[in-house]
Amino acid sequence: MIGGMSREFWVNFAVLAGLVAVPLWALVADEPFTITLATRVAILALAAVGLNIALGLGGLVSLGHAVFFGIGGYAMGILAHHAQTYTAVTEWPMLIEGTKSMPVIWLVAVVASALAALVIGVLSLRTSGVYFIMITLAFGQMFFYFAISWSAYGGEDGLSIYVRNGFPGLNTLVPIQFFGVCFAILCAVLWLNARLMRSPFGLALNAARQVPVRVETVGLNPMRLKLVAFVISGAITGLAGALFADLNRFVSPTMFSWQFSGEIIILVILGGVGRLFGPVVGAAVFVVLEHWLGGLTEFWLIWLGVILLLIVLFARGGIVGLLAGRAVAHD
Amino acid sequence: MSSILIIEQVLNGLQFGVMLFLMAAGLTLIFGVMGLINLAHGSLYMVGAFAAAAVAAATGSFLLALGAALAVAAAVGAVVEVAVIRRLYATDHLDQVLATFALILIFSEGTRYLFGSFPLYLDIPDALSGPVTLPGRIQYPLYRLALIGVGLAVALGLWLLIERTRIGIRIRAGENDREMIAALGVDISKLYTLVFALGAALAGLAGALVGAIQSVQVGMGEPVLILAFVVIVIGGIGSIRGAFVGAILVGLTDTLGGIFLPEFFKLFMEPAAGTQVGASLASMAIYILMSAVLVWRPTGLFGARA
Repeated sequence: MIGGMSREFWVNFAVLAGLVAVPLWALVADEPFTITLATRVAILALAAVGLNIALGLGGLVSLGHAVFFGIGGYAMGILAHHAQTYTAVTEWPMLIEGTKSMPVIWLVAVVASALAALVIGVLSLRTSGVYFIMITLAFGQMFFYFAISWSAYGGEDGLSIYVRNGFPGLNTLVPIQFFGVCFAILCAVLWLNARLMRSPFGLALNAARQVPVRVETVGLNPMRLKLVAFVISGAITGLAGALFADLNRFVSPTMFSWQFSGEIIILVILGGVGRLFGPVVGAAVFVVLEHWLGGLTEFWLIWLGVILLLIVLFARGGIVGLLAGRAVAHD
Repeated sequence: MSSILIIEQVLNGLQFGVMLFLMAAGLTLIFGVMGLINLAHGSLYMVGAFAAAAVAAATGSFLLALGAALAVAAAVGAVVEVAVIRRLYATDHLDQVLATFALILIFSEGTRYLFGSFPLYLDIPDALSGPVTLPGRIQYPLYRLALIGVGLAVALGLWLLIERTRIGIRIRAGENDREMIAALGVDISKLYTLVFALGAALAGLAGALVGAIQSVQVGMGEPVLILAFVVIVIGGIGSIRGAFVGAILVGLTDTLGGIFLPEFFKLFMEPAAGTQVGASLASMAIYILMSAVLVWRPTGLFGARA
């Protein structure tokens, strides 16, 4: 399948080139909204790349990844809210102040969502199959309702942040610069993901998904492998949540909604499960469909549903699978 | 806090619980027999409610409306099973989640296209409107009491159907060994369509019955769907008895938690903060219950050992 591999490489290359070319063209043509759309693609792709580590590599069908997206979003919202109102996040046990600095916010988002993924993972991985899907869904609902009733941070209405957070040396209010930040993070995470897939950990995880018994026989603990994958996965989706909140300068409980968990699964499947660039293709196609079909008809979700149904029933490798052939075996 | 209030809230919890059971019974039956996770079950609930509201508006008869809800939901269920669901039995859960999520999009937007975004209203029939006085001088809405009755009657009927009839034997056999009953000459695909339509009819009935106390609108099915999933996961997926116990548990926890948790926290916190903490905990209570059950018994209360 060497031919197939290189075809996938070219598909991936074309996708990245397209994701750079479109906003650059929009910059020249003075179409800032297109740059925002491309930024949206990069951020949703990042969230889906995160999910794909649990879903594609680990075989963990999580219907609760909105939890991490929302935690990332609220990490940004809470820190920036306190910074813009000149109040402290907490004064006890130590003084913690808000911040408008992106790198600090990202760090908090990643650490907080990784911790949440650790706790949820330890509890959820006791179950498997449908029960795993449902318990992750339940955790998602818990966070959703908690955010709704958390009136200190806007409750159901969410939080608005007036000015986008800053990154040293850049003006993030300029759309193309913020796109650059998101795109660079996406590339870095994709590179890490590619390394991860080929690392001993990635190979063991792959084996743990396919034949857990054999992994156990060679002395590895499949549960622990899956837990680590779940934590990495949650942390990446959390980072995407922080960026998404910064793109909209707004966070609300809908970031925790189970529909969003479903949506990122759609991105992964649309592109191709377990494919490195599957989530990127999925996010790009989703945003284009949303924009294009949404412009044609108010009822565009019907057509999204139909397309999705056709892909599940007839194109089981997703779009990357259609374009690049069955290079990676996944079950 | 008076005992009358407590009894009222327990009745409300029961009423909520039996309606959840109507949803959960179909879901758990479909999972038990066909091994399918059906996210679109909430759409069938919505279809039933809309069919009932449309027929009630045209004829003014609540009974006809209920009949329409049952018939339309069952028919839509059968059509969807033959057209789409049938192809998903052999696939993994991920594909099922995705395909039925796609069905939700199609159903919700399709209904919005047909009926518009404004909610419809379904009136409680005159014969069942107004309160009734229970022993102990408790005033309680007759319609809600009737819902409890209908829910319990359906539960009994379902139990009789599964345990005492020939179709029930086939359904149970289908749960245990689908190849074997196919080999014995039972038309397995017809049986599957029948089970799916039965589940759909129950969901449609629940949608119509609840539609009369809430508004009938697009998206009404999804919150109930999630709760029904919580119910069957607590009860053990595939177990009707588990669905019943789970539904009552969830109904009572949700209703009583919403009333009593804020009161409880007010006992030792400032009133405003206590209400806040109690209300947040109450809205999460059933999910906490579900995770606790799963951590304790990973296949639910009545689930088969994995």
